[in-house]
Amino acid sequence: MNIEDIKKEIEKDLSSVKDLKSLNELHIKYLSKKGIITELNSKIKDVPNDKKKEFGMEVNSLRNYFNEKYNAIKERLETEELNKKLESESIDISLPATKVSVGSPNILEKLIEEVEDIFMSMGYDVVDGPEVEEDKYNFEMLNIPKGHPARDAQDTFYIEGEEILLRSQTSPVQVRTMLKGKGEKPIRVICPGKTYRRDDDDATHSHQFMQIEGLLVDKDISLSDLKGTFEVAFKKLFGNDVEVRLRPSYYQFTEPSVEADISCFNCKGKGCNICKHTGWITIVGAGIVHPNVLRMSGYDPDVWSGFAFGFGAERVAMLKYGINDLRVFYNTDLREVNNFDRGELDNND
Amino acid sequence: MINLEWVKDYIDISDQDLHELAVKITEAGINIEKVITNKIDNLVIGEVKSCVDHPNSDHLHLCQVDVGKDELQQIVCGAPNVREGLKVIVALPGTVLPGDFAIKASKIRGVESNGMICALYELGLEEKNEETYAKGIEELKDNAPVGKDPLVYLGLEDTLYELDIHKHRNNDCYYHIGFAYEISAILNRKVKLPDLSYSEDKDNINNHFKLEVDTPKCPYYLAKMVTNVEIKESPDFIKRRLLSVGMRPINNVVDISNYVMLEFGQPLHFFDKDTLGDKILVRDAKDGEEITTLDNKERTLRSSDIIITDGKKPVCIAGVMGGLNTEVEPTTKNILIEAAIFDPVSIRYTASHLDLRSEASIRYGKGLSYEYTNYALDRACHLLEKYANATVLSGTVKHDKIDKTPKVVEFYPIDVDKMLGIKIDEDIMKHELERLDFPYTIKDGKFKVTIPSRRLDIESNVNDIAEEIGRLYGYQNIKGTLPKIELKRGEYVGDVKYRKAISKRLRSLGLNEVKTYTLVSPSMAASFDYEEKEKITLPNPMSIDKSVIRTSLIPSLLNTYNYNKARKVEDINIYEIAKTYDKSYNEESKIAFLMKGNYVTNPWKGSIKVDFYLMKGIVESILDYLGFKNRYSFVKSNVSDLHPGVSADILLDRKRIGIMGRVHPKKCSDEVYVCELSLNALMTKVKPLKYKEASKYPTIVKDVAFIVPKSMSSSEVETVIKKAGGRLLSEINVFDVYEKLDNDKKSIAYNLTFMDSNRTLTDEEVMNVFDNIIKKVTTSLDVELRDK
Repeated sequence: MNIEDIKKEIEKDLSSVKDLKSLNELHIKYLSKKGIITELNSKIKDVPNDKKKEFGMEVNSLRNYFNEKYNAIKERLETEELNKKLESESIDISLPATKVSVGSPNILEKLIEEVEDIFMSMGYDVVDGPEVEEDKYNFEMLNIPKGHPARDAQDTFYIEGEEILLRSQTSPVQVRTMLKGKGEKPIRVICPGKTYRRDDDDATHSHQFMQIEGLLVDKDISLSDLKGTFEVAFKKLFGNDVEVRLRPSYYQFTEPSVEADISCFNCKGKGCNICKHTGWITIVGAGIVHPNVLRMSGYDPDVWSGFAFGFGAERVAMLKYGINDLRVFYNTDLREVNNFDRGELDNND
Repeated sequence: MINLEWVKDYIDISDQDLHELAVKITEAGINIEKVITNKIDNLVIGEVKSCVDHPNSDHLHLCQVDVGKDELQQIVCGAPNVREGLKVIVALPGTVLPGDFAIKASKIRGVESNGMICALYELGLEEKNEETYAKGIEELKDNAPVGKDPLVYLGLEDTLYELDIHKHRNNDCYYHIGFAYEISAILNRKVKLPDLSYSEDKDNINNHFKLEVDTPKCPYYLAKMVTNVEIKESPDFIKRRLLSVGMRPINNVVDISNYVMLEFGQPLHFFDKDTLGDKILVRDAKDGEEITTLDNKERTLRSSDIIITDGKKPVCIAGVMGGLNTEVEPTTKNILIEAAIFDPVSIRYTASHLDLRSEASIRYGKGLSYEYTNYALDRACHLLEKYANATVLSGTVKHDKIDKTPKVVEFYPIDVDKMLGIKIDEDIMKHELERLDFPYTIKDGKFKVTIPSRRLDIESNVNDIAEEIGRLYGYQNIKGTLPKIELKRGEYVGDVKYRKAISKRLRSLGLNEVKTYTLVSPSMAASFDYEEKEKITLPNPMSIDKSVIRTSLIPSLLNTYNYNKARKVEDINIYEIAKTYDKSYNEESKIAFLMKGNYVTNPWKGSIKVDFYLMKGIVESILDYLGFKNRYSFVKSNVSDLHPGVSADILLDRKRIGIMGRVHPKKCSDEVYVCELSLNALMTKVKPLKYKEASKYPTIVKDVAFIVPKSMSSSEVETVIKKAGGRLLSEINVFDVYEKLDNDKKSIAYNLTFMDSNRTLTDEEVMNVFDNIIKKVTTSLDVELRDK
């Protein structure tokens, strides 16, 4: 066969190729050791010397011709094959996802963490103390001696005589923090924690509840500082347009004592069910730390001053998330809780 | 409860809207919970124009009543005293009387009736009893204006303030004169005390009576004697005022003692002088001493109680309740009036152990002002003289050890400014003190304020004065500022830091946080009690369900599990971190988690179920996060509440820090896994984080499988491999476990990774180590080589 015939045969063979397998067979037919084109090389010895160069060039060009055609077809077939494979692999993307869950915080804990975050950004450390506590720290050092009427409001679970109890407030943590400060170190702490009082459990009462208390002891601290601190905290918590007002109140461990209200975040002060049509919602009890309390914990009230505040986490969480039964926090129904693993990144923009 | 009509006796508030006044008072610090009025809509004065017998009744009347409208109203009335020409109180249809009794137009025995003619008790203005019932409907005077509001006409319209008793500074706002002082400060008007005058007989109390006080708990005791009292009904205004604040009128004498208490805050006790005798001895009670109190109950006293005796036997539990033996009776003629101050703590304690909280004990328990004790005694004499025709004997028997030194506060205006954070003009400060009726002097710019004795709550410090000035000046004038203090970022401190970090980790691993109660029932505490710690049991629990302080969180998690299971939640992965306490008050913070069902869910494609190894992975993830890699291990556990074959003790540095495993099927038939770790045990030092370069040299991996007895744990084999592998063996991984061999055997296949961080290993040296491993494992353990 001369080169021209081979070329024709190549053309014919390649045009009938259907798949990579038959293409590969052609590769064997023409370019393997015994392949037709390879064989041509061995025929060069029969070619007269003066034609050798020309013959060689023709064989080469034939090889190139084959390779060029071969590669083009190969690429086409491979693409076709891949496309076929991809098509066969395609799935129904509308089928349900595999559920990879991240756990949710307890709703109450979510609120507490938010409060912690706000106060930590203002330099408050977050501390906790014992829940089984001494009367001394829970009451006496807070200016509530034994037999004081202020104890009536906090019906306490006593454990041993009148000395050991389940703490009825987180204030003992403040006392302990002050004692650690030895009358020398300024203090900025918040103390979220479990507290216990002899209340029957219902929609708004619980024998166990979470209190968040704060204490700041430094130099020249005033009631206006307390108000400013609340403004920062409650705007962050309830939205930038809430306002804070202070009203006089009475607590044993603060003097002057106040209650702080926020303007209703729901109706913007117009009056609704949440604010009982007053436009204001009471959030927190607070005041300037009573000089007796400072003194008892080793801080000289002539040098140091401070403010303290406390509120129930349940109440604030109920307000913020629209919950009307406090027991939700303690009887976790996972169907309800699972909504709480999302962020609120658009807040306060 | 404060009756504002009553307060009007002491301060002029006739121009005030009482709802607005309540807001002002609340804003100034006395929380008024509720404003209550007894105003009744659709109540009018009527005139009975005609009155005939009801055609179908032998006792009902049919009246045509003029109520100031164009037409007469036909009303059926059953009262015997209804008659033509009488002016009466008519409740027209639409009226709602006390007790939610709604008046409607209706037919009574076939005859139309458009309202009701009322008695005072039906309006809640009198007590309903035989006497008032017999009186029938109220008969108004002939000049009563038809069509007008009868309550206004009778002066019976009351407005009451209900105070929040817990948020209260002290007792000075509990009585009407004290409350008048609060209004006086707010409105800047003067208080006028009621009439305290009376005439005294020549006869002196000292002729009849001796007083001895033998306890330091009674610093002030006054007594006066009145004779020839005439016991009868109280005048209307006293009855009405007592009723309005919820006190039942008894007779003029008893009512006067209550009335004075509500005026001045000072409880009084009236003894029948003739049954009492001629002596009073106030002393500490003896343990076990007994007295029958006014309510006819036998009371056993303690030595901490204060007792009034006639020198021999108890006649009154001081400050709490009188004795039956000296009670004022309808036949009483002569009375000894006691006005005293007792130690508040003692009174509170007595009231509490006797479970006898009376109006008197509440007031004594909050402390009293001696000035008001004096006033109250005089006021009682005045009223007894006026309304019981009593003769007041001259002289007062007195025991007086009370400290009368007034409290004085000295301050510079700047002290108040600094505390409130605003500048208040000195003149305004003066003005506020004057409104409060606090006398003061100023010397060299320093205020010296004398606190009236009625303000027991105020102490001698600038804080109290700043509060009084501030609340009247108005806290709305305070602008928010931020403390001028060091800038820093706050931190989680101590165990809180660990709690937060582990909590975050657990949530990221798919566990949901729950919060449960610290107090549990004894049976719940015992339901999963692997540590068998002695527990704290409350001496006075509210209920058995909440009587024990838990030492483990697992029972609570199982509870939450059941709660959710009952709500058809299938996949339950929860955790809690909380403090626990044992009998010796040792605190241990614990982390517990419970897992059941799917961990990764895909119902149509296949889910990943929770099993022992998944939970183990979570435990390892926490321990690794805390930096304990290579310091912990899991060993077979013998915790009886867990499945004996599917449970482990978790060891850190060879000490048990927790347990995990499947809950024993006899406790829970579902495949529920639990774990509890001691947070305290996890709060230990770890090495600081340091960068470690990954080896640049290739690793060589060899596989080997052993046939081991079923009971042998992989960790036993691994221990031998590790030891034999030495320095070059960098990792051991189990890649296959085949359990279905005969003869109680199983096969475990490992791949072992060899590496040296400084050079490339040769095949030969790896083979040497590898062969050594196989040799050591097969010779030192009951293990055969299966494959390599």
